[in-house]
Amino acid sequence: MITLEHVTARYGENIVLNDVSFTVGRGEMLALVGPNGAGKSSLLRVITGQLPAQGTARVCGTDTVRLCPRTRAKTLAVVPQEIARDIPFAARDFVLLGRTASLPRFGGPSDADDDAVRDAMLLTETWNLRDRLLPEMSGGERQRLALAMALAGKPEILLLDEPTSHLDLRHRAEIMRLLTRLNREQRTTILMVVHDLTLASQFFSRLILLSASRVLADGAPADVLRPDLLETAYACPVRVIPLPGVSATCVLPKL
Amino acid sequence: MLTTRQLIFWLLPIPFLLAFCLLEGSSGFGWPDTATPTGRALLELRLSRVATGWVVGAALSCAGCAMQAVLRNPLAEPYVLGVSSGGCLGAALVIAFGLSVISPLALPFGAFVGAAAALLLVCTLAGRVGSYTPNTLILTGVVVGSILSSLLMLLLSFAQSRAVHSITWWMLGNLQSASWPLLAMIAGLVALAIGALFAEARSLNALLLGAEAAHNLGVRTRIAVPLILGAATLAAAAAVSVSGIIGFVGLIVPHALRRFTGANHRMLLPCAAVFGGTFLVLCDTLARTLFAPHEIPVGVVTSLIGGPFFLFLLTQTRPAAPLREKAAQ
Repeated sequence: MITLEHVTARYGENIVLNDVSFTVGRGEMLALVGPNGAGKSSLLRVITGQLPAQGTARVCGTDTVRLCPRTRAKTLAVVPQEIARDIPFAARDFVLLGRTASLPRFGGPSDADDDAVRDAMLLTETWNLRDRLLPEMSGGERQRLALAMALAGKPEILLLDEPTSHLDLRHRAEIMRLLTRLNREQRTTILMVVHDLTLASQFFSRLILLSASRVLADGAPADVLRPDLLETAYACPVRVIPLPGVSATCVLPKL
Repeated sequence: MLTTRQLIFWLLPIPFLLAFCLLEGSSGFGWPDTATPTGRALLELRLSRVATGWVVGAALSCAGCAMQAVLRNPLAEPYVLGVSSGGCLGAALVIAFGLSVISPLALPFGAFVGAAAALLLVCTLAGRVGSYTPNTLILTGVVVGSILSSLLMLLLSFAQSRAVHSITWWMLGNLQSASWPLLAMIAGLVALAIGALFAEARSLNALLLGAEAAHNLGVRTRIAVPLILGAATLAAAAAVSVSGIIGFVGLIVPHALRRFTGANHRMLLPCAAVFGGTFLVLCDTLARTLFAPHEIPVGVVTSLIGGPFFLFLLTQTRPAAPLREKAAQ
């Protein structure tokens, strides 16, 4: 679904991705981890065709920059880190934005569009918020709506930039369970930027560790969340503690 | 939540308000005696004023909606990209060099060319700075506007006193001079611009989340943003060319309407056209009757009403429930 071969990207003279290569197959669910400034968000921007890069970046076999915007939006949806809180959109109209690529220029939304919006809002438990305005909502509610907006387009690929950062423990777990379910039942390909390494080890079978604009490690959580690799990436001594009874690893900084 | 019935409730008084504005004048309230040439002239004058006011108000309001969405700045209005300064300079050049006596179209043509040239200059410079981000466009627009205003002051300092008076009166904004052929042309341009904006209403909705999010939602931002800015400027330039500088309409009408319709431009744009046009016609009626027989520039009235009203809106932080897209269909 996603292929990156020797991708190098710059902002002016500043290299933000350096010779990055990996592929993501259909139905895979993987997490991008790494310190701030490692190039995680830039990588998402290369995949969405917003950041031109040297090398090859393809989605479904087509160069990301050359993908028709509407086709790309129907294939690939992005959940941003944060959405503006001061836009007076009703929640339902906001989620309908996820159908922009399918909606006619002049006509209103069809029944199929309304159904897709309702399904996405029910999945993310935001249907009860449908008539409320964005400025009246908490950060967590807006974040769940952002996910609903992405799901409303029924994409094959979901890119998420730290979607759980504003969520409490319960909603964080529910979003992660939902993503796992989408991945398992609908074979949605999921690529998610995660800062919480414990969360990444719990829910993802594959992690990519970025450090200083390069891929430092790519593999199963046990192969990536190693003290030597994490200390190199984060420039910080860490303790990696396997959690008994669950397939997860707790990563703590050494104080 | 506003329903279709509530929308109709708000739209219903508009024809009566426009009829009132048509009947009200400095010579008193009532239908002019069309049996006499004076009465016919009076009726035609009032009709022209109401029609011009409606077209100009609709143009400024819709341009304000679009500018605020694309530039993601609540203070953006049609004149923020130097359009007003360019229009003023164009019109001032026509007046100062005596070209306005050649044809009645010379003044609006000069204002239109000035306004459009200012936008072109702003976009070219913003592109050279590096990007068409809202901040770059606004900052470039402010600087270009200041330079053009300085050139206008320079021109005024050399102009003859009669020309200075004409330029100053034109800059204050008024709806006096539009002939029917000119108004038809302006209305055509405004309709074209508003039609283009409505065609991009979904792009405008997506752009409220920022250019990056709009791109991810499938909007061709590199085409949509210049198209929207161009259409908004066309509407504003057409308005400037016929009415001079009328402030606040493009600012307060969209802000006030968002409280009822929400941010959905498929609702907001048509409402802005209808209510913006009506607002300016009402202001113009006040301008010509408040101190009759003396007439004050309509731009003064819109600023005196718009300024305090805008401050009032700012104090009301909680917006009302919006009109849903399906609800009005």
